[in-house]
Amino acid sequence: MEHIRTTKILHHHIASVEKLALTTSGCPLVIQCKNFRIVHFIVPRERDCHDIYNSLLQLSKQAKYEDLYAFSYNPKQNDSERLQGWQLIDLAEEYKRMGVPNSHWELSDANREYKICETYPRELYVPWTASKPIIVGSSKFRSKGRFPVLSYYHQDKKAAICRCSQPLSGFSARCMEDEHLLQAISKANPVNRYMYVVDTRPKLNAMANRAAGKGYENEDNYSSIRFQFVGIENIHVMRSSLQKLLEVNGTKGLSVSDFYSGLESSGWLRHIKAIMDAAIFLAKAIMVENASVLVHCSDGWDRTSQVCSLGSLLLDSYYRTIKGFMVLIEKDWISFGHKFSERCGHLDGDPKEVSPVFTQFLECVWHLTEQFPQAFEFNEAFLLQIHEHIHSCQFGNFLGNCQKEREELKLKEKTYSLWPFILEDQKKYLNPLYSSKSHRFIVLEPNTVSFNFKFWRNMYHQFDRTLHPRQSVFNIIMNMNEQNKQLEKDIKDLESKIKQRKNKQTDDILTKELLHSVHPESPTLKTSLCFKEQTLLPVNDSLRTIEGSSPADNRYSEYAEEFSKSEPAVVSLEYGVARMTC
Amino acid sequence: MEFAELIKTPRVDNVVLHRPFYPAVEGTLCLTGHHLILSSRQDNTEELWLLHSNIDAIDKRFVGSLGTIIIKCKDFRIIQLDIPGMEECLNIASSIEALSTLDSITLMYPFFYRPMFEVIEDGWHSFLPEQEFELYSSATSEWRLSYVNKEFAVCPSYPPIVIVPKSIDDEALRKVATFRHGGRFPVLSYYHQKNGMVIMRSGQPLTGTNGRRCKEDEKLINATLRVGKRGYVIDTRSLNVAQQARAKGGGFEQEAHYPQWRRIHKSIERYHILQESLIKLVEACNDQTHNMDRWLSKLEASNWLTHIKEILTTACLAAQCIDREGASVLIHGTEGTDSTLQVTSLAQIILEPRSRTIRGFEALIEREWLQAGHPFQQRCAQSAYCNTKQKWEAPVFLLFLDCVWQILRQFPCSFEFNENFLIMLFEHAYASQFGTFLGNSESERCKLKLQQKTMSLWSWVNQPSELSKYTNPLFEANNLVIWPSVAPQSLPLWEGIFLRWNRCSKYLDEAYEEMVNIIEYNKELQAKVNILRRQLAELETEDGMQESP
Repeated sequence: MEHIRTTKILHHHIASVEKLALTTSGCPLVIQCKNFRIVHFIVPRERDCHDIYNSLLQLSKQAKYEDLYAFSYNPKQNDSERLQGWQLIDLAEEYKRMGVPNSHWELSDANREYKICETYPRELYVPWTASKPIIVGSSKFRSKGRFPVLSYYHQDKKAAICRCSQPLSGFSARCMEDEHLLQAISKANPVNRYMYVVDTRPKLNAMANRAAGKGYENEDNYSSIRFQFVGIENIHVMRSSLQKLLEVNGTKGLSVSDFYSGLESSGWLRHIKAIMDAAIFLAKAIMVENASVLVHCSDGWDRTSQVCSLGSLLLDSYYRTIKGFMVLIEKDWISFGHKFSERCGHLDGDPKEVSPVFTQFLECVWHLTEQFPQAFEFNEAFLLQIHEHIHSCQFGNFLGNCQKEREELKLKEKTYSLWPFILEDQKKYLNPLYSSKSHRFIVLEPNTVSFNFKFWRNMYHQFDRTLHPRQSVFNIIMNMNEQNKQLEKDIKDLESKIKQRKNKQTDDILTKELLHSVHPESPTLKTSLCFKEQTLLPVNDSLRTIEGSSPADNRYSEYAEEFSKSEPAVVSLEYGVARMTC
Repeated sequence: MEFAELIKTPRVDNVVLHRPFYPAVEGTLCLTGHHLILSSRQDNTEELWLLHSNIDAIDKRFVGSLGTIIIKCKDFRIIQLDIPGMEECLNIASSIEALSTLDSITLMYPFFYRPMFEVIEDGWHSFLPEQEFELYSSATSEWRLSYVNKEFAVCPSYPPIVIVPKSIDDEALRKVATFRHGGRFPVLSYYHQKNGMVIMRSGQPLTGTNGRRCKEDEKLINATLRVGKRGYVIDTRSLNVAQQARAKGGGFEQEAHYPQWRRIHKSIERYHILQESLIKLVEACNDQTHNMDRWLSKLEASNWLTHIKEILTTACLAAQCIDREGASVLIHGTEGTDSTLQVTSLAQIILEPRSRTIRGFEALIEREWLQAGHPFQQRCAQSAYCNTKQKWEAPVFLLFLDCVWQILRQFPCSFEFNENFLIMLFEHAYASQFGTFLGNSESERCKLKLQQKTMSLWSWVNQPSELSKYTNPLFEANNLVIWPSVAPQSLPLWEGIFLRWNRCSKYLDEAYEEMVNIIEYNKELQAKVNILRRQLAELETEDGMQESP
């Protein structure tokens, strides 16, 4: 029987298509995907290749949301199932879990109609002392109207992580309402009246913004703040950093030297470390100083989302569960208006808006899972799956750039939510080593010495199986965990069956004794010797066999050349000895 | 000589020991002939028990009368001792310096060590060449044991017994020995049972500039080829280096004289280049203040992983010749005691399932490193912190262990041993209470009477209680050839060795324990299910017997 392998690539996953120069075997077509898969095709006829190339170019760049996969994807669910799926993550519930509203924080209806800020959600939590005029005033002083609101409330410390965009301070402008709002936030913390304002941008960038009438908070104008830059680069730097990283890793026959100097010059791990350090700053401010923190960057939807969500994840073990992680993404990324569609290039738009901001967040989480292998309920596959779907456009969650836009697109009626599908497959995403016993407020204190940051091979070479370990410890342990559950069940079944038998026997014996009073010796011993031990569930066998382990797969390509060379390179130096063909 | 002469101050109180990730401990420092011991006063427990021979370098400095000694160990650990009193500190420092650099091997600790355990199996007799040969002799009759080197006269770095082609007599071997560097005539290193192909190793041929040849040498290596087959000579030096070697009397097999052999040159570095690579790598790993760019550029500049890739690639090439091309291989560099052994032993790890078991790996080290004459004493005299750079010091064996770790990482279920086994071997190669890694060759070990006077590492390791520490819970025998990936993305830094003292491994250790627990629990459950099933079956047959009259 012929074995047919199919490779499926979603059109939405295509990042670029390239037609290379014609070769003798045909016309090469290289497709680079957003999930970092690279596929090479050789199309025998150049005209076909050209046609495919043009079709792919068109299919991979949609002009309208309505043409995206999510609007035609049909998992055969009815309306109520779909709605239930969307209701799985309930942010009102989440704020309740954090412990708001309370005596210091309340739900504000100021943005109920998206009148103050179009890119914020309708429901926002602010200090109860912040009246509507103060909110309105502050929003006018903040870029895109993104005034300071609550992102995470630490119930134990009564301290908050808040987020906003940069102030329109220019060189000297002030805004009483904004100052008042910040003071309200710091006063909402009963323990520490000082609050950190963390500007996640490099200082130079923030200063440059002042010339455009934007900028950063002047400590003199705000009574109780401590101002801090943390120096994370902007989306354009991140985009070209990733591009460099991918270029290096795409090199054929890459040397160790080139790999590390490429890794260094891409700056990628430096950026990851900067984000991690910023998140640690937040966690420390809350845990050590009991201080609230206000985080912003320029518009407050990229770096701010990274730092706020990662900071909360360090502080609160709930976000390290599967459900909690979904909530975290819904809250700090989706609801607060991270521009997924623009950053992921869902539509044919401005390529300068594309940036791997969310990918970086996932990578930071991966680094944490590496340092704390038992702290997370989910595994690497979960992170990779989410990454797959921010680009797939198969589900509605990541379409659009803010809540208002999503409502206008009627995503909840026309598309499905990703989360219930992931939960259905939960088994695949569970970390077998997870220790759930840990207390809710156990803080992760990652080590950020540079040597802790490693290249995430399974993300950037997810589809390049030859680079992966040939046997996965993780999968084996995961399966063993599953098997253990099954065995526990088997034991229970067997025990109850044995009990039944025994009871039956004693009953039988009793009745027989009554009938015959003499009972012949039972030949159990004999039969038990004949019993053969059964081998149990060979679950791991397939995993332990070695897939793809062959020299051809392993890029010892240089060998092949060695073997096919007709004569060694030395011949000319061999004192004119005749060439020997073997 | 008495050790007492070297120990100027045997004991100092109120010494404070600083180690990364541990709280500082105050206690009494004692110097003995072979150990530096610090015991805390409270409960008289030893906090530190360090072999002098493990000390690579020391630094001392003074603040007022408080002296500080920084001890840098061969296993890369760095500890600090605060010693009150300038004189005491100076005395301790000079004693340590003297005791850690003893000239005479017979003063080393293995000659004084008395085991506290019962020796079940004497490791000195665990891996005898005759036994190893028996494994082959059932499969082939083309090879024989030769005792030509019984007195170490033919080749001082070879063991008394070697395996050679049956058709070549001892007289021919003696002639070949004169044509090969250090007398290292080609001998059998590995026999691939699957197809009868072999790996041989030797020193370089001494062709010199006028292209000297040796008929016996040609006959010997041709004798290993099947009719119509050809073989590969893998020279672990670049062509350039091999050509330069001719000026010094060395050289390589010329096609004209070895028409059935194809030569492939690979470039594996040696000596000070490797030692410098290690020094740079450890320096980079020890500096926690490096920013990301500096760390990556230091890691890159150390070239350590480049060496790993080179060695692994060459080993894969040799294995590929054997298993895929169906061709025998002769491997040598210059002396045939360093890169040659890295390649022959790694090729066996790839090809031979037995070498991935604990016993098999021990046999491999015994055969391909100790008996094959890797000069451990010279290579492992100093480690990453040494100031006196000697040409013969090089982390050749550590590179080999790192390569094994890389393969282990890619095939985590195919090895019977775990990472700790490799770390333990690294430690003992540099400083040990056992005699196994002393000396530079079998002849030196014989002269030192190590078998009589010292304990073998294997005697200790192969006790069940020790073995359990080194056993890989995931192991499942895998009879396939395992082909590792040698792409840089697949070759990470060996953190268990190089970051061992620089980070807290608590969470990683706990996770490993949890993994072991899951596996143990699985075994328990399986056993229990089997018992219950049997019980149930018994009851069922019992019932059946009763029901049928």
